[in-house]
Order: sequence, then C-alpha cells, then structure tokens
Amino acid sequence: MALPEIKQTATEARLATLSLPEGGWSEPARRAALARVQRVGLPDRRDEYWKFTRPDALVQPVAPQAAVLKSDESMVFDSFERLKIVFVDGVFDPQASDDLSLEGVSVERLAKIAEQDIHWARDLYGTLEERGQEPVARPLAALNTAFARDGVVIHVTGKPSRPISLIYRHEAEDSDPMLHHVVRVDPGAEATILENGPAGARFSAVMEIDVADTGTLHHIRAQGRDHERSAVTHIFARLGAESTFKSFTVTVNGHLTRNEAVIELTGDDAVAHIAGACVGDGDFHHDDTIFVTHDALNCESRQVFKKVLRNGAVGVFQGKILVKPDAQKTDGYQISQALMLDDDSQFLAKPELEIHADDVACSHGCTSGAIDERALYYLRSRGIPKARATDLLTLAFLAEAVEEIEDPALADDIVARLESWLIRRR
Amino acid sequence: MLEIKNLHVELAEEDKAILKGVNLTVEAGKVHAIMGPNGSGKSTLAYVLSGRPGYEVMEGTATLDGTDLLALEPEERAAAGLFQAFQYPVEIPGVGNMTFLRTAVNAQRKARGQDEMSAADFLKEVRAKAKELKIDADMLKRPVNVGFSGGEKKRNEILQMAMLEPRMCILDETDSGLDVDAMKLVSDGVNALRDEGRGFLVITHYQRLLDHIKPDVVHILADGRIVKSGGPELALEVEHNGYADILAEVA
Ligand SMILES: Nc1ncnc2c1ncn2[C@@H]1O[C@H](COP(=O)(O)OP(=O)(O)OP(=O)(O)O)[C@@H](O)[C@H]1O
Ligand SMILES: [Mg+2]
Repeated sequence: MALPEIKQTATEARLATLSLPEGGWSEPARRAALARVQRVGLPDRRDEYWKFTRPDALVQPVAPQAAVLKSDESMVFDSFERLKIVFVDGVFDPQASDDLSLEGVSVERLAKIAEQDIHWARDLYGTLEERGQEPVARPLAALNTAFARDGVVIHVTGKPSRPISLIYRHEAEDSDPMLHHVVRVDPGAEATILENGPAGARFSAVMEIDVADTGTLHHIRAQGRDHERSAVTHIFARLGAESTFKSFTVTVNGHLTRNEAVIELTGDDAVAHIAGACVGDGDFHHDDTIFVTHDALNCESRQVFKKVLRNGAVGVFQGKILVKPDAQKTDGYQISQALMLDDDSQFLAKPELEIHADDVACSHGCTSGAIDERALYYLRSRGIPKARATDLLTLAFLAEAVEEIEDPALADDIVARLESWLIRRR
Repeated sequence: MLEIKNLHVELAEEDKAILKGVNLTVEAGKVHAIMGPNGSGKSTLAYVLSGRPGYEVMEGTATLDGTDLLALEPEERAAAGLFQAFQYPVEIPGVGNMTFLRTAVNAQRKARGQDEMSAADFLKEVRAKAKELKIDADMLKRPVNVGFSGGEKKRNEILQMAMLEPRMCILDETDSGLDVDAMKLVSDGVNALRDEGRGFLVITHYQRLLDHIKPDVVHILADGRIVKSGGPELALEVEHNGYADILAEVA
C-alpha cells in the first residue's frame, strides 16, 4: 500500500540527508532496515503511536540546533571505576576512552569491525529491532539500524569487574548522531552498562540486547541536561530462561525525549524491570513508551515510571504488557505516576494490559497528583523549610523508581543528581 | 510563655466558626491540660498554633514569648520553639525516619544560628533517645510512620519532640492508642523534658495520662471556648461525671 503523500515526502526528505554505510557484514541488515523505513514511512503526528508526542523534531531532515550546556558540576558516574567509552557528538574519542579490554567481556566498536565476521553480532544486528516492529512499527529504530555509523558491540562472557560506561558528549550545536549498540550476555554472565550524556543536538540510539539463559544485565542510563536537545532511543531486549534484565533511566531536561523499550521474555522464569525517573521544567517533553511481551512460563516484569513536571512540562507514558496464551504464571506490574509541581503541566498516559493466559497476576496503576499537603505541613511543622520539604517529598515520590537500581552507590549518585536539579530550581 | 487571647477561628473552606474566643496562658515550667467533648475544637486550637493550612483566624492573638505566632510560617513557628505531637501523625512513604529527623534538627539549628549537628553526634543521640522510648533501629530506618502501629506513631512523635527540644510542647491525644506500658514510656519521655524553661499543653480525654504527667492547670474546652479551668481535681471530676454537669453549670 502506498504511503500517504505527506508521510512519503517527509520520509524521502529525511532519507535524502543520509548515506548508508556500505560493505561489511552489516550491510544486508542495513538495507533490510531501510526497506522497513520505506515501507511504513517515518512517524508523523497522525500516527496513533505518536498521539501524545509530536515526532517532527525527530523526523525533520536537519536536526534542530541545541545549545551546549556549560556546567561546572561533575558528570554523573564520574566517581565510579568503569570502562569508559566516549563519543563526542556521536564520534568515538579514543583519547578520552579507556583501552577496551576488560576481563569477562569483549567490547568492540561497530565502525571498526565491519570486515570482521563476528557471527553473533551479525545475527543480532537489526534482528531484535526487526522483531520489535510487530505489532507496532518503530520506523525511527529501523532508520537507526540502517544509518548508524558507530556504536559498541559488547559480548559479556563472564562477570567483568567494572561497568561498561558509554559517555555521550555534546559539543556541536547542530550535531545529529546515531549510535547502534549490540549486546550479548552469555549464560551465567553478568555485567552493568552505564550510559550518560546529552550526546548531540539530536540523538538517536538503539541498543539490541540478547540475554541468554541465566545471564544478567544491569543498564543504568542518565540522559543529560542540555535543554534544547532532542533524543529518540530504543532498547530491544530478548530474555532467555532465568535471565534478568534491569534497566533504569533518569532524565533531566531536554526539549524532547522519546525512550522506547521493547522487551520480550522468551525463556521461563525470566525477570525484566524497566524503570525511569524524569524531572522537567518548562520546555520539556518526555515520553516513555514500553512494550513488554510475556511469552514463557513464570516470568516477572515490572515497569516503574515516575515523572516530576512543572512550568508547562509534559510527560507521556505508553506502557503495555502483552501476555501470550502460553505465558502462565506471569507476574506483571506496571506503575506510572506524575507529580505536578504546579497547575501548568501535563501528564498523558496510556497504560495497557493484553492478557491471553488465564493464570496470571498483572496489575497496573497510573496516577497524577500534586505534593501531599498534609505531608508537607507535617515536615514544615518540624522546622523543615517549605522548599526543602518539597524536595524531600519529590525525591520520595521518585524513590520507587530509583529503588529499581540494584547497586546502592549508583542509586545514591542518581538521587544526588535529582536533588541538585531540584535545588537549582527552587 | 504561650499566650492566647480571644482567639476566633473559622474553617477557611466553609465559614464555620470552630474557636469562639479562646483565652489561655501557659507559663514556662507549667503543664496545662485541655479536656473537652469530641468536636469542641481542641485539635483545631493546636493546629492553628502550629500553622496548619485551612483555618482562618478572625480575631485574637497567639504569641510565644512575645512573638506573634500567627504571622509565621509553620517552620518558623517550629524554629521559635513550638512543637505539636499530632493526634494523627502523617505517614510519609519514601522519606526515611532518620533523614527526616536529621533534616528537622539541623534545619532548626540553622534557623537559630547554630551549627549543624554532625552525623555521628546525631546518630548517638537519636539512638539513645529511641532506646528510652523502646523504638527499635528498624523503625528509625523505615519511612516516616509508614506501617507503624498507632502506638508506635505516638512514640515516634515523642522521639521527635525529644530530639527537637522545643520550648513549648503541645500534645494532642498522645495517650490515645497507647497500651499501658507505652503510656508509661511516653509519660516518662515527657516528664524527662519537663523543666523550668519549658511549657506543656496536653490535650487528652483521660485522667489516666494525667496520673503520669501531673498537670498544674486543667481547662475544659467546649464549643470553641474554655468554659472552666481548675486544678488536677477538675480532670477527676470529668472522669467520674462526664461533661454534663460542667456544661450545665456554665450554661
Ligand atoms: N477541615 C475540617 N473540615 C470540616 N470540619 C472540620 C475541619 N476541621 C475541624 N472541623 C470541625 O471542627 C470541629 C472541631 O474539631 P476538632 O478536631 O478541633 O475537635 P476536637 O476537640 O479535637 O475533637 P476530638 O476530641 O474528637 O479529637 C469539629 O466539629 C470538626 O468536625
Ligand atoms: Mg482532636
């Protein structure tokens, strides 16, 4: 079926600015991904899946400019021992990066291994993204598969002693990077991947994650502070039996952020926790779009998303739990909540459960509200000034999401960022 | 110390008068008790003094050591030395009891121009005081009042009072919900704080608490006014005869 003309034109205009990296093992996957983009077209505001978020800034041929935030504050995760991999506006920075060798994991750059045949990566690149196109098309992810020039290919074979830390610096006001990462976690292996930084004026990131039976991956992401930046990210994760995947994202500021996570529990007893905390003031639109599919016995999934909004900021949550007919004993939980610090902000939510098995326990909740006046008065009556009391209650609101981070030191670092953001905004 | 003159208070939402001219003076070093029928305005009086939103003062004054309480924010009243142990302590999920206590102690010290308490000193003090009130370490770690039993909440109020060392303490039915042993613990906690520089206003329905915390003066609040004041024997009279006689007498 032909695309509507407007969509066709917009898609062509965007594609005209890009060139597909040729040669190497990824080229067939890239060409297939391009075909997917051409078939469905890039999103526009008439698409149901983009009802709450206008994708214009993510689709337009040239990235909207975004000023680079100057700050003296240290970056999140700075105090942690980790394997640093730095991209500046999407370009790998070898000086700032560590030597990529670490026991228990192999880390390669996508751009450098085009001619090597890393068979597992070849099998994965674009594969999970393609699986994630059903039942809802995600053309911006396919666009990334087709055109991303770099990224990392991570193979976790043991239990590396340090997290693998992807650092995304933003230095050029018109940068428009795309990065595509592929991660495989072997049976029994366990690792932590960190991501942080604003990345560019407009950033597109895809991470395809294959966690084998009994493997464990922790993913903690901090999306940076530059006010005018926009970003679209996709996580596609496939989980084997008794495997665990826990992903947490903190977002502060940003003109537009759309974070999609597509999780498939394919092996029995797998566990997936996807959580996020965001704080936005003013020109801030943050969208979490999550799709969790239970396709095996006795799996557990949790979605915990908290948003603090003020001054016209907009929060969006679209979260779905799909339980396939054979996925008995599913334990699914989903909560999305917004805390409105004033009357000007908006929270738009579409929580969905689709259950085709009969022996499951699924619950979901979705609320938006203001600071609890009774709690505020209680704290103030003990001498805590109003601003500080409000901060405490705001952090308390975010706590349920932050608690999804298993490592307490990393969780503390995230809380410290959130707290300093709140203090700056008093 | 605490001086309340001709205090008239209405609910802000509906113009309903609750307090209709309360006069009350609590001197430093003294314990005053307030008794009175349900709904007579005892908690309202306490709330208006501590600055809870939702009330409108139509007339009258309330001062603490000469400072106009009614002009201050709730946190400023606390820093000025006022403390209210609530009839219904609020549960605050996500805020640790310890964090809460330390933030409160240091905020008040700061407001008074004192140095913050070090983490170590604070911990030592809070542990000692919690022990006296039989509040275990687990309760200190938990979120403020969340999952606490009724009696535990009341003990937690007294722990806050012990840590904050206010000059003027208002206890609103701190005895309700306490078992006999807890009542003794809480009373001991209150009595330990009694000294010449500190005043207490104890709201209660039962004489029993006043056996432990001996009041200097007992007031009866009915329909928004103090209708009778007297010595500890007034509480005994209420205990034996209820309010009917007293109310008839002043009617
Ligand atoms: N926020 C409110 N909204 C509506 N009515 C209120 C409110 N606060 C107080 N009142 C009313 O004011 C009156 C006094 O209430 P208050 O709680 O002060 O009584 P009390 O003397 O403490 O009673 P008790 O002994 O039951 O604790 C009651 O009639 C109560 O219903
Ligand atoms: Mg009361």
